[in-house]
Amino acid sequence: MTGTKSSKILKDKARASANKPAALGEDIDLKSYVSSAEEQPYQSDPAELPAKTKAQMLDAGVMLDDISQRSGTYIQMDNAPVHSSIKQEGIEVMAVSQALAKYDWMADYWWQAVAVDADKYTANVELNQHDGYFIRALPGYKTLFPVQACLYLAKAELAQHVHNIIIAEEGSELHIITGCTTASKRESGLHLGVSEFYIKKGARVTFTMIHSWNPEVAVRPRTAAVVEEDGLFLSNYLLMKPVRSLQMYPAAECVGENAIVRYNSILVAAAGSSLDVGSRAILNARGARTEIVSRAITTGGNITARGYIEGNAPEVKGHLECRGLILEDGGKIHAIPELKGNLAGIDLSHEAAVGKIAEEEVEYLMARGLSREEATATIVRGFLRVDIEGLPPLLSTELRRAVEASEKEVM
Amino acid sequence: MLEIRQLSVAVEGKEILHDINLRIGTGETHILFGPNGGGKTTLLMTIMGFPKYKVTQGKIFFKERDITKLPPDERARLGFGISFQRPPVVRGVKTSDMLAACLRKRASEEEIDRLAVKADLADFLDREINYGFSGGEIKRSELMQLMAQKPQLVLLDEPESGVDLVNIALIGDMINELLEKSCPIYDRKCMGLLITHTGHILDYVNARTGYVMYDGRLACEGDPHEILATVREVGYEHCVRCQKGRILDDWDKIK
Ligand SMILES: Nc1ncnc2c1ncn2[C@@H]1O[C@H](COP(=O)(O)OP(=O)(O)OP(=O)(O)O)[C@@H](O)[C@H]1O
Ligand SMILES: [Mg+2]
Repeated sequence: MTGTKSSKILKDKARASANKPAALGEDIDLKSYVSSAEEQPYQSDPAELPAKTKAQMLDAGVMLDDISQRSGTYIQMDNAPVHSSIKQEGIEVMAVSQALAKYDWMADYWWQAVAVDADKYTANVELNQHDGYFIRALPGYKTLFPVQACLYLAKAELAQHVHNIIIAEEGSELHIITGCTTASKRESGLHLGVSEFYIKKGARVTFTMIHSWNPEVAVRPRTAAVVEEDGLFLSNYLLMKPVRSLQMYPAAECVGENAIVRYNSILVAAAGSSLDVGSRAILNARGARTEIVSRAITTGGNITARGYIEGNAPEVKGHLECRGLILEDGGKIHAIPELKGNLAGIDLSHEAAVGKIAEEEVEYLMARGLSREEATATIVRGFLRVDIEGLPPLLSTELRRAVEASEKEVM
Repeated sequence: MLEIRQLSVAVEGKEILHDINLRIGTGETHILFGPNGGGKTTLLMTIMGFPKYKVTQGKIFFKERDITKLPPDERARLGFGISFQRPPVVRGVKTSDMLAACLRKRASEEEIDRLAVKADLADFLDREINYGFSGGEIKRSELMQLMAQKPQLVLLDEPESGVDLVNIALIGDMINELLEKSCPIYDRKCMGLLITHTGHILDYVNARTGYVMYDGRLACEGDPHEILATVREVGYEHCVRCQKGRILDDWDKIK
């Protein structure tokens, strides 16, 4: 892809790892999926997409009827980009294939944060590359509105291979909302998505990802971020709809002083869903900080909620908060918070709690006149409420709306 | 009217209250005194209907209706309201959410703000309920929620314990409003059952009946000011010995 020599090395590595099981999560049999789909036509106006498709995308936070509150839009269906546009100067949004053709420096980013031979999923993304998005904020440019991207699985039994590159140049500010969803609410499918984030000196990136799959889909995102001096990476992940199997453990490495990484995840596992989801922050520069917050609810599915903070530099600080709520018997939550410190004078801490709704709390609310159902709903809503510092108000509102829209199914 | 007849209550298999008889007439406020562990909180929680408090004998009537088996939410809707001695923290649920729940149909931003200002808790609306609240803040927050609820039967569990001298006046005013001001005589009359150790709230409410709860029994009944004076002088033991309603006579003899 990028220069014949380096591309050959990557391909060789990928081939060598094409069957390498991942360290975590159920091993997915890649042979049970097809890898090609008919090309979807390009849409110059995404509002022209079928109403049903647009509604599904909206469920995942992607709004197409009115894109005035978006600074850019990228839509991919199955393997093909069907739309990309920008609404603001200083922002680039295009298919990653286009970026590879346009910029010879792409090799500096391509598989530089995520290892191509990490496991069979990364390897197969390289071997079956279908495209993906390229989003970049030029130096000093700040987006007013978020860039939105949608990865849509239209064809049943398809394995979608996506590779995304996100670059926030020095002093820029970039807000992204990504929605992933499927056309069918019951056919099987596989989503393999590699995302590499490069956050340069003083840049700020917020990344809000909403997943809305179906009970037969398997998902293996592979995400890593590199955050330079004074940079900020704020990642929000929302998964409230059923999915068969989802495993991801994104990592952010703070390589510059005072870099900040924050992760918030909201996970709901219905019966039949199996989630193994966590976030990692590696603090490799003086004064780097992180905060990882996750809320996991099971209504019958299994959740492994992980978190990992590693401090390798002076004056780093990190906190991990992992809370799980079991709403129905049969569901399981396994919280695994991990801290690793290599120096004196670093400050890493965690708190984890897993349990049912406390009867005492329900009764407290009942004494105020709420029925048992209303009291439970209020407590669940409170549990899911994560006030995210640093997220633009528009995105906060949209995220809250997305949570509220799915709450009913949880209760 | 609230009437409790021959009530016995067990908690986790152990009988805590024995054969309680109590009658609070419309418009009346009664006071419960008694040593730690005597069963006062247990009685209030039972009246509110928390399932942990199992009625093993006897009945509770509210306006002639047997409510012994009603769950707390239905009692709340009938007009019962309780301030907790030790309310739980509910993470993620804000103080303003609690007020909205208490206000139900009457909920509005203005009303929520008005109550918060009144309880001197304007900065607390966005805080998670009871999370990190000081002892006195919890008391004010509990009363504020009741003011939103406007109950007809007000159950207060040590509303003034641990409250400083400045705030005691505020708490007193809130209780007074709950029991009297916001309860116009001709419209509807409030009833109260208040637990106190210090008796400070007696200055703010018009209560003519008091009891000492001792070892799960209502040991004596009398004027709350007199009971308080007796307890101060000779401790609770004396009240146990005295007969129901005869505390004043005994008091004269001791003097
Ligand atoms: N869940 C429980 N399990 C066992 N015993 C209990 C339980 N709850 C209350 N009790 C017991 O019941 C008795 C009465 O308790 P209660 O809280 O009603 O007392 P109180 O009069 O309110 O005391 P205080 O003045 O200290 O608040 C105590 O001995 C207490 O330990
Ligand atoms: Mg008590």
